[in-house]
Amino acid sequence: MKKTFKLSIVMLLALTVVLAGCGNKKSETNGSASTSEGSSKSDIKIGMVTDVGGVNDKSFNQSAWEGLQQLQKDKGVKAEYLQSTKSDDYNTNLNKFVKGKYALTWGIGMSLGDAVGTVAKQNPDAKLAIIDAVVDAPNVKSVTFAENEGSFLVGVVAGKMTKTNKIGFVGGIKLPVIERFAAGFKAGVLAVNPNAEVNINYTGAFDKPDLGKTAAATQYNNGADIIFQAAGGTGTGVFNEALGRVKSGQKVWVIGVDKDQSLEFPDVTLTSMVKRVDEAVKRVSQEVIDGTFKGGQETLTLKDNGVGIPDTSSKYVPADVLKLVEDYKAKIVSGEIKVPEK
Amino acid sequence: MSKLYKIFTGSIVVPLVAIIFGLIVGAIIMLVGGYDPLLAYQSLFEQVFGNLYDFGETLREITPLILTGLAVAFAFRAGLFNIGGEGQFIVGMTAATFVGIKVTGLPSIIHAPLALIAGALCGGLWAAIAGYLKAKRGVNEVITTIMLNWTALYLGNYIVNSFLLPEGMDHSEEIQPTASISIQSLVNFFNDARMHWGMLLAVLASVFFYYFLWKSKQGYELRAVGFNPNAAEYAGMNVGRNVVKAMFISGVFAGLAGAVQVLGVFHYQSIMSGSPGIGFDGIAVALIGMNHPFGILLGGSLFGILTYGSAGMSFGAGVPPELIRIVIGSIIFFIAAQGIVRWVLKPLYSKRKKEKVL
Repeated sequence: MKKTFKLSIVMLLALTVVLAGCGNKKSETNGSASTSEGSSKSDIKIGMVTDVGGVNDKSFNQSAWEGLQQLQKDKGVKAEYLQSTKSDDYNTNLNKFVKGKYALTWGIGMSLGDAVGTVAKQNPDAKLAIIDAVVDAPNVKSVTFAENEGSFLVGVVAGKMTKTNKIGFVGGIKLPVIERFAAGFKAGVLAVNPNAEVNINYTGAFDKPDLGKTAAATQYNNGADIIFQAAGGTGTGVFNEALGRVKSGQKVWVIGVDKDQSLEFPDVTLTSMVKRVDEAVKRVSQEVIDGTFKGGQETLTLKDNGVGIPDTSSKYVPADVLKLVEDYKAKIVSGEIKVPEK
Repeated sequence: MSKLYKIFTGSIVVPLVAIIFGLIVGAIIMLVGGYDPLLAYQSLFEQVFGNLYDFGETLREITPLILTGLAVAFAFRAGLFNIGGEGQFIVGMTAATFVGIKVTGLPSIIHAPLALIAGALCGGLWAAIAGYLKAKRGVNEVITTIMLNWTALYLGNYIVNSFLLPEGMDHSEEIQPTASISIQSLVNFFNDARMHWGMLLAVLASVFFYYFLWKSKQGYELRAVGFNPNAAEYAGMNVGRNVVKAMFISGVFAGLAGAVQVLGVFHYQSIMSGSPGIGFDGIAVALIGMNHPFGILLGGSLFGILTYGSAGMSFGAGVPPELIRIVIGSIIFFIAAQGIVRWVLKPLYSKRKKEKVL
């Protein structure tokens, strides 16, 4: 009996060591392969710090990471990301890249604004960039989007497509960014359908799918048939609620946000308010590669194709509605319509 | 010999073996997932001890964990299970932020301690609510402290939202510089790591914990109530008062943890969508530390090192940060399931004993 135990422990340890040895070798080859590939093209390293949503949030973090991966493939730069699990991690994660001499460090999301500001001030030689927040520092590029303009367009779609004249909006935390979504969306709905009612609901979180699911359930139960979600990871819950209802025969839709979410949820996504975070990330990163990077602020609008709806929308949205969307887009771009921000 | 045997079967070896087992379980899971455990643990180690900045940030990570660990352990020593460290932590944060922002014109030497004391006291009072309900109404403290966690979360958000929030921001304004407990010289020394007086406070708190419980009459009463409330009552102790007192002091530790996070690390309070989790981690820290203050210093350090090092694991070896939670979970599992560890260790010792006899 005793011997069996001793033996089993020894065996376990031996097994661990042996297996560890195997694993080691494998990763070494991986490592060397990637470095040789990298050095042949470019030695530039670009880091990205997510907010608590993580790179699989099916939203702007994911979009940003896809942009960087694209860049890694096309230009051979080395891209890395670090996921923040709590707000303590923002500074340390940013510093991990900055102190590791990365050419550019991205902070994704408004909540990283302060951390990016602090780190930028402490490291005036480092280059940083941030999405969705404005940081006033000479070595930081701040990229924001005119979410209200893009949301106006999906509002037009929702206003035209609703059968019940009740439309829901599920937001994350009530921040100026999210309020821009809500305001633009409401304006868009009312522009084409003055009888419609837009019910705005903030869940208070970007990382709680359960809250999104509850909020969506409430809205659908109240008669809404289309919900626009601008809630990051919380929005996944909105999709899940809609999927459940579609399966049981109810006709409901979700309008996705940030990415073309019909790729993730093809059955319930009417259209998406796409925010080209990936394009912004690629563009600013490219500036670093070219050596033309400059700090400052940039707002991407409909005109710059920084926001808009994806081509896949034609799957469920009829052509005449899409035509109308194009008309409104032209009017916004020309300045004929001013979309409210609040 | 018997003394040696006691050391080994006693409080030190079981956690150590549990930690080793936890690391092995983590390694096995990494292998199954196709990661390299040796490289992962090496990157974890480098992340923590690799340079001054990271080492300082690790100390910063450890500090609140020690305090919430003490909070859980203190209540536990009095026979109470305080799951409300989270809520007391948030209340402590909020009180410290409020005093830090709204009280002006004080010199640093008064303002910073005042904010700390406010945080600690409010955390203590928050926990004392659960203690009072337990003492007077017999309500199980597990239930009330969990409910108070949510109350604290939304109360904290409400206070920040209504009184401390600048327009269009997701967090409160910054505290007055006089309320800060950051140590600028250490911040410079550790290359901008967020160093503050909280680390010293955490060590002092564990010394206080030890002296109060084992060297004072009040501590003796608390422990007596913890061992057997009926016997304590029969011996003439006021059980109800001791329960409230134990919860209050427990809450003071957790509230202090919240206060040092605000005053030393963030200098503002965010609108929180969910609990920060440090209070819950305190339960694990208390378990790893076997509810002993000095064990908790070590347990908190281990927990902080693993948590902070997990970023290095994902950076250096591509291991997802969730995996370190599996390692921590396994360590706690093996500590809680001490039977398994003892069962494995027993043959080793009994054999050694026999050799001695021979």
